[in-house]
Amino acid sequence: MLVNQFLFLGAILFCIGVYGVLARRNAVLVLMSIELILNSVNINLVAFGALWHVTDPSNLSGQVFALFVIAIAAAEVGVGLAIVLLIHRNRQSIDVNDVDLMKG
Amino acid sequence: MIPNLLDKVWIVPALMASSFLIILFFGKRVGTRATAGIGIAAVSLALVFSVCVAGQWINRVNNPPTGLALAADVVAANGLTPQTGANIVGEIEAATTESGETVGAGTHAMGSTESGSMSETSNAEMATMEPTSAEAGAVATEHAAAEGEHGGEHASVPPVVRTTTWFTVAGINFEVGTLLDGLAAMMLITVCIISLLVHIYSTEYLHGDIRFTHYYAFLSLFTASMLFYVLSSNTLQMLVGWELVGVCSFGLIGHWWEEKKNTDAALKAFLTNRVGDIGLILGVTITFFAAGATSFNVLHINEYALAGHANTTLLLVGALCLFGGVTSKSGQFPLHTWLPDAMAGPTPVSALIHAATMVVAGVYLIARLYGVFFTGLGIGSSSLHYVAFIGGFTTIIGGLLAFVQTDLKKVLAYSTISQLGYMVMALGVGAWTAGVFHLFTHAFFKACLFLGAGSVSHACHHTFDMREMGGLRKKMPITHATFLVATLALAGIFPLAGFWSKDEILAGASAGQQNAYTLMLVFGLITAFLTAAYMGRAYWMTFRGEYRGHAEPHESPKVITVPLIILAICAVFLGFTNFPASFFGLHLPSGITTRFEHYIEPTFAFPPLQHAEFTPWLAVVSTILAAGGLFIAYQYYEKNRGPHGLTQRSKVARAGYTFLENKYYLDVLYTDIIAADTKGPLARAAYWFNMNVLDGVVNGLGTGARKIAGFVYRDIDQLVLDGIVNGSGSVSEKSGQMLRHVQTGRVQQYAAILFAGAVVLAGVFVFVI
Amino acid sequence: MLALLVAQNIAFYFIAALMVFGALRVVTCKNLMHAALWLVLVLAGVAAQYILLAAEFVAITQVLVYLGAIIVLFLFGIMLTRTKTGTDDNLNNSAGARRMAALIGVLLAGVMGYSLWDGFGKREFGELTVQRTAEVSDSIFSTYLLPFEVISILLLAALIGAIVLARRD
Repeated sequence: MLVNQFLFLGAILFCIGVYGVLARRNAVLVLMSIELILNSVNINLVAFGALWHVTDPSNLSGQVFALFVIAIAAAEVGVGLAIVLLIHRNRQSIDVNDVDLMKG
Repeated sequence: MIPNLLDKVWIVPALMASSFLIILFFGKRVGTRATAGIGIAAVSLALVFSVCVAGQWINRVNNPPTGLALAADVVAANGLTPQTGANIVGEIEAATTESGETVGAGTHAMGSTESGSMSETSNAEMATMEPTSAEAGAVATEHAAAEGEHGGEHASVPPVVRTTTWFTVAGINFEVGTLLDGLAAMMLITVCIISLLVHIYSTEYLHGDIRFTHYYAFLSLFTASMLFYVLSSNTLQMLVGWELVGVCSFGLIGHWWEEKKNTDAALKAFLTNRVGDIGLILGVTITFFAAGATSFNVLHINEYALAGHANTTLLLVGALCLFGGVTSKSGQFPLHTWLPDAMAGPTPVSALIHAATMVVAGVYLIARLYGVFFTGLGIGSSSLHYVAFIGGFTTIIGGLLAFVQTDLKKVLAYSTISQLGYMVMALGVGAWTAGVFHLFTHAFFKACLFLGAGSVSHACHHTFDMREMGGLRKKMPITHATFLVATLALAGIFPLAGFWSKDEILAGASAGQQNAYTLMLVFGLITAFLTAAYMGRAYWMTFRGEYRGHAEPHESPKVITVPLIILAICAVFLGFTNFPASFFGLHLPSGITTRFEHYIEPTFAFPPLQHAEFTPWLAVVSTILAAGGLFIAYQYYEKNRGPHGLTQRSKVARAGYTFLENKYYLDVLYTDIIAADTKGPLARAAYWFNMNVLDGVVNGLGTGARKIAGFVYRDIDQLVLDGIVNGSGSVSEKSGQMLRHVQTGRVQQYAAILFAGAVVLAGVFVFVI
Repeated sequence: MLALLVAQNIAFYFIAALMVFGALRVVTCKNLMHAALWLVLVLAGVAAQYILLAAEFVAITQVLVYLGAIIVLFLFGIMLTRTKTGTDDNLNNSAGARRMAALIGVLLAGVMGYSLWDGFGKREFGELTVQRTAEVSDSIFSTYLLPFEVISILLLAALIGAIVLARRD
């Protein structure tokens, strides 16, 4: 298998995730798009880790890194959804365009 | 023994100056009696000192110094600068070889230390041990030779000069010091006696005056200034003294300045004197340059002029300029107009200042700088020149004006003018001793007359109008007696003082130096007649007849009458101090004739003068004229004969009377024509200049500055600078306004920009770098 | 060997296609629940790719954490934040914003694609050896101990934070 296969896959998922972050209005959908991005990054990391492991068997950095990313993603989704809930409680809507109190 | 006072004579003005300062600072505190006491004490001490000084001077003349002492005095007296000293050294060395007179002891020492002594001639420490005796001896020889014409009875007696150098500029020493010779000693005594009598007199005359201490302070200051003036060793110092006495005169004339006419009179006196002072200052400068531009010392100037080193024309101009000052101070035509108005001051002041002492400052100036006048005006060789003419002219016009006065003091003022003219005329014709002698005697009898007038007015409720007096002979006997004696003295009746002095002047005019001054003689004789006539008029109107006034006159207290008596005694006997050597064939021993001349006339730096002998026919003629004047006054006023009421009847007489009444329209000329025309157009021109040119410039500068400021403000500050500042502010604001829309608060927009930026950056990194 | 490779490639492309399609449906679906389900598909696909890369532990962890916990979390979040009417209207931004987002995505893809092609070209993995779980845990607890501890604290903070944020009081 080519390395590029996995890398391209990661790239495409990343771009789709970027599109999702920018184009979706619902906050939960934005978070989902962020999950897409994180997963694409994970694929990249594991692919590189596998590539490295071939040359240096003692190195498992790719997998470890990906595990940490998964942990962080989990934490992030937890907190993010808590915030979305809070917003929903206060405003009855989770339209990201409504949360613009910081506008200049 | 008594210490040598001749070089400590500066103590006399210093005494009066310290009296002035004490009265100035403490007078109000110690009260009027103590103030008068301080003044009188100081003047008395000064008088005692002056008498001692005079005694020592007489002693000096009788035993003239020789040898080392003579040398020291000669050098000091000359006020030599090193250059002049070196010149004289040359002459002396030539003379020493000729003359057998040796002061040989000094010759050896001279060569070694001459340079040292030459350079210190103007120091006061020169009194002793200056081995310049050879020079002095030779100079003495020269003078002795010059004096030989006078009969050689007195050797050259140099004055005692003590100076210190105040500062030196461009090699010229500016000194302060005293010069004492017979003339100065005589003036010292005169000033001190009359000042003392005036001080005593004023305690009663100004009793209860609101500015008593002020007056006494001024009196002390005046006395100090006059003494300072007469003791001056150089012309600059004389200038200082001259001005100071002018200031004191101003202050004393305007003593009762609450009335405007008094202040006007004071101002008139001061300003008229100022006009003359122009001439004085010019004269001092010219004589300085004429005498080689080395020294202001009086003796140096005289010597230089007499030795013929100076340019004669320059000396003439200088003498005429100096005479300008004399014209104003000593009341000569045409600047005499202030003297009658000065009678607005208190009578003792008039006696002291405007009769006896200040007005003679001008005469003193001529007497002091006689070498300049003699050489410049050519007194020795002419028969008519400016100074003599003015002197003679003044005697006549003063005399004529005295006839139309109703104010007693004004009569005396014009009489003073006339007598001052006599003195100047005497000096002008070369009768130096006569002029100075007349100064001396005139001081006493004129002061007596003034103080008598003061006594009269004190009794008549302070009026001087003779029309309100009369018959005071019985009511004020002492005043009457002294006034009569002084009047006769002034008129020149034998054997009172005025006879001797006036006769000497007339003899001097008649004989002249080389040519007779006949015109002056005529003037003098006419005035002798006039003097007697107007004084007779004044006497009769005041003391004879019936009392026409409203007061109850009675004799004045002793404080007033005793000075009158003293002065009257002086007026009687002082004439004999210059008793002529041969009087109608009477030859008194030479030890008591012409004593005044012997002691007072300078023998050092003095031109060789011809002294006129006593002229019997002239004495008789002048006495007849004087008696005739008195007789006519007697007839006119006592017996009421003569053309009374002529001015009503005759137009010519009326015109003449009006002309005299208006003082020859001189006051009109000065005040209304000259001053007004100067004031008017000149003031207007100056005002125009000030308003339009100067103010125009100033305003223009102001307007220009304002315009520039406005331009800077509007166009530069407001427009450019504020534009920049505001512009930057508004740019910031507008850009902020525009940019703030970027901040929508929407996270997705931020994220979009973030990602777009990341794309761009990535593109840069991938494709470009 | 070749058969294995071929099989791997076929598996990869098939799963990749599914994933891409799923991702696209996530970002374009009009129904919120459907979007979450499509996300499940994507995440499952990711787990499959991990196995293809011989990273079994990560794959299992992915399934456990993502598919087990995070998706459930998402579903809870969706359900709790539904509007009253229950309709999902306007899940997308305005057309202009979507076009801009699409542009950015395409550009990003372009840049990344080019750089990947330029960087890696036709590079092969070689012989993919198994990365054993024991080795992974060894690595975590020795080399990467500190990040592990930090992650623990981070999870603790997230936990507490989420509770604090979302509690009702």
